[in-house]
Amino acid sequence: MAATMIEKLLRRNTGVETAKAGDIVTANVDRVMIHDIFIPFVKDKFEEMGFTRLWDPDKVVLIYDHLVPASQLDDPRHHRIGDAFADKYGPIHVHRSDGICHQLMTEAGYVKPGDVVFGTDSHTTTYGCVGAFSSGIGYTEMASILGTGKLWVRVPETIRVIVDGTLPPNVSSKDIILRLIGDLTAAGASYCALEFSGSTVEEMTVASRMTMANMAIEAGAKCALFTPDEKTADYCGVALTEEMTALRGDEEAHYIRTIRYQADQLVPVMACPSQVDQIRPVAELEGREIDQVFIGSCTNGRLEDLMAAAAVLKGKKVAPFVKLIVTPASRKVYLDALENGTLDILAGAGAVITHPGCGLCCGRTGGILTDGERVVATNNRNFLGRMGTSKVEIYLASPASAAAAAAAGKIVLPPAF
Amino acid sequence: MKETFTARVWTLGDDIDTDIVIPTEYLAMKTIQDMAPYAFSPLRPELAGQIRPGDVIVAGKNFGCGSSREQAPEVIKALGIRCVIAGSFARIFFRNAINNGLLLIECPALREAVEEGEEISVEVGSAIVCNGVRYPVAALPDNLLEIVSAGGLVKAMRRRNGLE
Repeated sequence: MAATMIEKLLRRNTGVETAKAGDIVTANVDRVMIHDIFIPFVKDKFEEMGFTRLWDPDKVVLIYDHLVPASQLDDPRHHRIGDAFADKYGPIHVHRSDGICHQLMTEAGYVKPGDVVFGTDSHTTTYGCVGAFSSGIGYTEMASILGTGKLWVRVPETIRVIVDGTLPPNVSSKDIILRLIGDLTAAGASYCALEFSGSTVEEMTVASRMTMANMAIEAGAKCALFTPDEKTADYCGVALTEEMTALRGDEEAHYIRTIRYQADQLVPVMACPSQVDQIRPVAELEGREIDQVFIGSCTNGRLEDLMAAAAVLKGKKVAPFVKLIVTPASRKVYLDALENGTLDILAGAGAVITHPGCGLCCGRTGGILTDGERVVATNNRNFLGRMGTSKVEIYLASPASAAAAAAAGKIVLPPAF
Repeated sequence: MKETFTARVWTLGDDIDTDIVIPTEYLAMKTIQDMAPYAFSPLRPELAGQIRPGDVIVAGKNFGCGSSREQAPEVIKALGIRCVIAGSFARIFFRNAINNGLLLIECPALREAVEEGEEISVEVGSAIVCNGVRYPVAALPDNLLEIVSAGGLVKAMRRRNGLE
């Protein structure tokens, strides 16, 4: 029976050979991620439910990232509660200042192709970059998984996205996913899986796929999926198996929609204030003056993103009135960028390099803005009040577009090297 | 379980995201009650203080999009909102609301038909009546009704663990 990638993955996970879109199945959870904002609530609900032990401590990853380093007086309380939870119910995996949860889950090897993973964060869709089914949930459901190892899911319908050809030099995977969100709208993939394929996607690094999977939620998607290949296996530190490469949607499977892009037709774009689906070509926005640029986040804070920014800023200076904030997604990214000279170039151009973590993306620390200010940012949300007051204008962009804006002091097209 | 009630309406637009429902800067407060006064503050800072227990929210499509923060349905419940009626709901918000026993009703036609401050009549699982017009609404799927009828996911798990 022909099947989409998510149907195949969930059939394998649940043993229900007939599972198809619309069916409700009980998934066996391979790994969970909880971050510091929600751990106090997860703990309370877990205990209130009457559980006394975790279903499998090795499958539980606790990551401090939103509140590291603490910026408000209540923040350290979350880490104390997290540490006490780990002491009482562990041994679980705890990362106290290693970087952003979604970066660490794949980078540190917690997620493998074909896994089913849930996290207390909407951008948990990110792990689809390695062919896992991963999705965000609330703290009550997380507590129930911690006790049972299971969660009901409705097998989603699939929207197939096929991208073929070679991207222009100043267009990145961020531009593809922004364009897709604009075409789908913020609710256009609600409850659906996005299944990506095509030669452009096959050529892409895992890091670039991660950017796209990360933002699937911004179109409402339940998950994003990329078929595992040699690059995936290499990134995950595993051998590529037939079981992994078989995770591919069949041509004859039922897709509710198929969207095709020719990569060479794509252009640099930005999401304009204050909705992720307000997408416009950078060429139409050129000349808008800016106050700040943020390069970082689980969307675009990886080595290739910092290198793309450095390529634009090499030998240049940030415009005198612009603050450029660069936040590596993890300690590993930070160290790699330090070692290969990327941080030298960025700091030399005038960037403020911050500690790895969520930082400015969640609007709590490190560069919040005020009424009338405009920021170009590489993260995933430009909602009202996301990075300061509700009168801040946030433009979401690729690292190259963001770096070009930082140097020019206004929105400009990134150079086509 | 045939439940009918009348309620005063607060209206909101499309794509009301969870950063609007409760901004990140308030998420580390100790209790949901501490956070509730800041609900909807980026969009309408006065709203949380005006809502009275038993009121309902009527919004456009994709209500609750954005982050997975469960504080979003919890602060709405803490304000005393009886139910949220929207054109459609984002999926994580939908699950979180069900798990906390916050009633959600999909009714795409209502938003254009109702003015803020008007009263509507809600027949749960059946219809909404506004200005004499009857708008049919769907009932929840069985597996979700089970969670709601248990009084939310915490109670369902307590029952599983032999505590209730």
